[in-house]
Amino acid sequence: MSSGRKGRHVGSATGPSDQADGGSLGRPHSATYLGMPAFPQAAAVSTRDSRLRSNLRHATHTIRAKRAQAVAELADWDRLRSAGAAIKDRTLRHLDHYLVQLEESVTRAGGRVHWAADAAEANRIVTELVRATGETEVVKVKSMTTQEIGLNEALERAGIHAYETDLAELIVQLGDDLPSHILVPAIHRNRGEIRDIFRDRMANWGRPAPEGLSDRSADLAEAARLHLREKFLRAKVGVSGANFMVAETGTLVIVESEGNGRMCLTLPETLISVVGIEKVVPTWRDLEVFLQTLPRSSTAERMNPYTSMWTGTTDGDGPRFFHLVLLDNGRTDTLADQVGRQALRCIRCSACLNVCPVYERAGGHAYGSPYPGPIGAILTPQLRGLASPLEESLPYASSLCGACFEVCPVAIDIPEVLVHLRERVVEGGVVTLRGTRTVIKPARRHRAERAMMRAARWTFDHPGALRHGQRLLSRTRGLLPGRLPGPGRAWTDTRELPDVPAESFRDWWARTRGDAT
Amino acid sequence: MRVGLFVTCVNDTLYPRTGQAVVTLLERLGVRVDFPMEQSCCGQPLFNTGYRHETEPLMLRYGAAFRDHDYVVTPSGSCAAMVRDNYPRLAAKAAAEGRGDELSEVAAAAVAKTYELTEFLVDVLGVTDVGAYFPHTVTYHPTCHGLRVLGLGDRPRRLLEQVKGLELRELAGAEECCGFGGTFAVKNPAVSAAMGSDKARAATATGAQAVCAVDNSCLMHIGGILSREGSAVRPVHIAEVLAGEEGDLR
Repeated sequence: MSSGRKGRHVGSATGPSDQADGGSLGRPHSATYLGMPAFPQAAAVSTRDSRLRSNLRHATHTIRAKRAQAVAELADWDRLRSAGAAIKDRTLRHLDHYLVQLEESVTRAGGRVHWAADAAEANRIVTELVRATGETEVVKVKSMTTQEIGLNEALERAGIHAYETDLAELIVQLGDDLPSHILVPAIHRNRGEIRDIFRDRMANWGRPAPEGLSDRSADLAEAARLHLREKFLRAKVGVSGANFMVAETGTLVIVESEGNGRMCLTLPETLISVVGIEKVVPTWRDLEVFLQTLPRSSTAERMNPYTSMWTGTTDGDGPRFFHLVLLDNGRTDTLADQVGRQALRCIRCSACLNVCPVYERAGGHAYGSPYPGPIGAILTPQLRGLASPLEESLPYASSLCGACFEVCPVAIDIPEVLVHLRERVVEGGVVTLRGTRTVIKPARRHRAERAMMRAARWTFDHPGALRHGQRLLSRTRGLLPGRLPGPGRAWTDTRELPDVPAESFRDWWARTRGDAT
Repeated sequence: MRVGLFVTCVNDTLYPRTGQAVVTLLERLGVRVDFPMEQSCCGQPLFNTGYRHETEPLMLRYGAAFRDHDYVVTPSGSCAAMVRDNYPRLAAKAAAEGRGDELSEVAAAAVAKTYELTEFLVDVLGVTDVGAYFPHTVTYHPTCHGLRVLGLGDRPRRLLEQVKGLELRELAGAEECCGFGGTFAVKNPAVSAAMGSDKARAATATGAQAVCAVDNSCLMHIGGILSREGSAVRPVHIAEVLAGEEGDLR
């Protein structure tokens, strides 16, 4: 959820692709995740986009290698990983306690705490808080939670302009685009595309891009710096998420790379932070573990350049008013699921995205939410419920290769949760929706598949029938077409079918070894 | 020591040569194997697609087929992983649903005795030189469940390195998934094929004659793409490499 992690500077190892082939602005985007197609349909289109494939391949492979190095430096990585998982699990088990403790600490330190059950309530609270200041502009720290709830759009409807100040989020916002990566929202853009976006769009949002802007990293960064500086100096209200909230002192923590976050956290008079309830950690000692694992997993750095921590308000230093909006939005429902709840350990590092072969080919937009990649495939269907064909398709957006689990710094067994959610899709079962235990029915569109699976199970459970089937297949093997019709096309469009042998193994065994067993 | 061969439904139906190779290989090493006819499928395709309840009868069938065996050997990393990683999960869920611990007993016994072929050779028999001859250039693709669930590590490579006549070629991006993923291959055909194409290209780039793995399901996908794309590289299961002997017509 609320990740304050920043995208890196243009051209840095983890930033948008260094390739500079430029060209048009590319894919048109409606800038909303609503009504997006199911994953397979979206991915069928995006996998054909060779520039997207090349941008993503370059960026994910670079960060992948660097992360492996950064992690290998720590002899106790496995223990840090277990500790992180254990701390999160323990905190989630006693979440009610730690949230109340957090509220007390924040209040004591001069902040105000608001509780939001869902996106609409959180948006309403933030809108009212901004209105009360009389301002019509806010500057934003990169935040996953506010993406999740669609805060910018909600503020816009109330006549309040929200300016993204993270470099990659700025690129996304100017391009009327959607983020496609947790850490590097503009990972799908290369430098040439970014130059075009800056040149064509910056003037609509404030200070225009300098004349004759090149696609050199330094020039792009300077253009963003000049554009954003105006906003930092003018803004009276800042909006952020947080990476962590320390219950014992009421301290919020944001780790970032650019320093733009710190500008938003210190310059405005009012700071409003929207944070998912699972971001609480009990103590500073607990925080220490994640401050080691998050940067290495995320940007492959030993330590991120900027770590901002604030506790309520301080006279003469930083914002005079601090509001913390604690967001549920499906998290308590997720917590009720014994297998699925491990998704709430997530610290939004995006290591799983960077190693995922499916994410690398399909791109982030195919996941239809601000949370793409493997973590998105288990988080979105839980936070939103299996609400539409998109959410139903996400648990299947994986080959179950397990690379995500291997790199996860809080040991979320993503393949386990994926299979668990697949079961919810095809078999139905008990879920918690808005606090109520509900039995959901199997998804309708899987009816034909279910019949096939039952038939397969019956055949496998009757080896005599299996053997007849195998013999039939062997006898008719000459008749198999190279390209199958109907659903079989999904295989034969790109792959040959295997040759069917004249005799199954069990027939060979029976013939040569006797049917002794 | 009573050793049962769990050949897997894919090998039984489509790749009997792999099963035959396991028998040849183990017998050459002095291990007598039986093949209980009541075995069928471990249930992986059903379970991984979400049909947990349909999987249970197949898990019980596996348990019954190998009830009297000390070891079960299977030429499939992903089927061994299904048994070792997912049977306990199935059992735990059934127990949580108040359906007793029959599945837990089956799971515990199956987990303890089930070995993927290369594990059985290296860990149980303690051999890496299995006396094989395979005069070809080969590249090795470590399949995901063998690599990350079973933790096969360098066992397959150590076995291949001892094969006479075999020249091992490094596969670029070896540890990346080939994109098969069971029903993933047909539920997300575009991404699956894109992953498979990259794998096939890497295999072709090695210049090897064969791409070798511990799973025929992955090889079916990689091989299907290789032959569609007209590559000369052919898929071969590690059991068939290790069973090779001088004088074989291979």
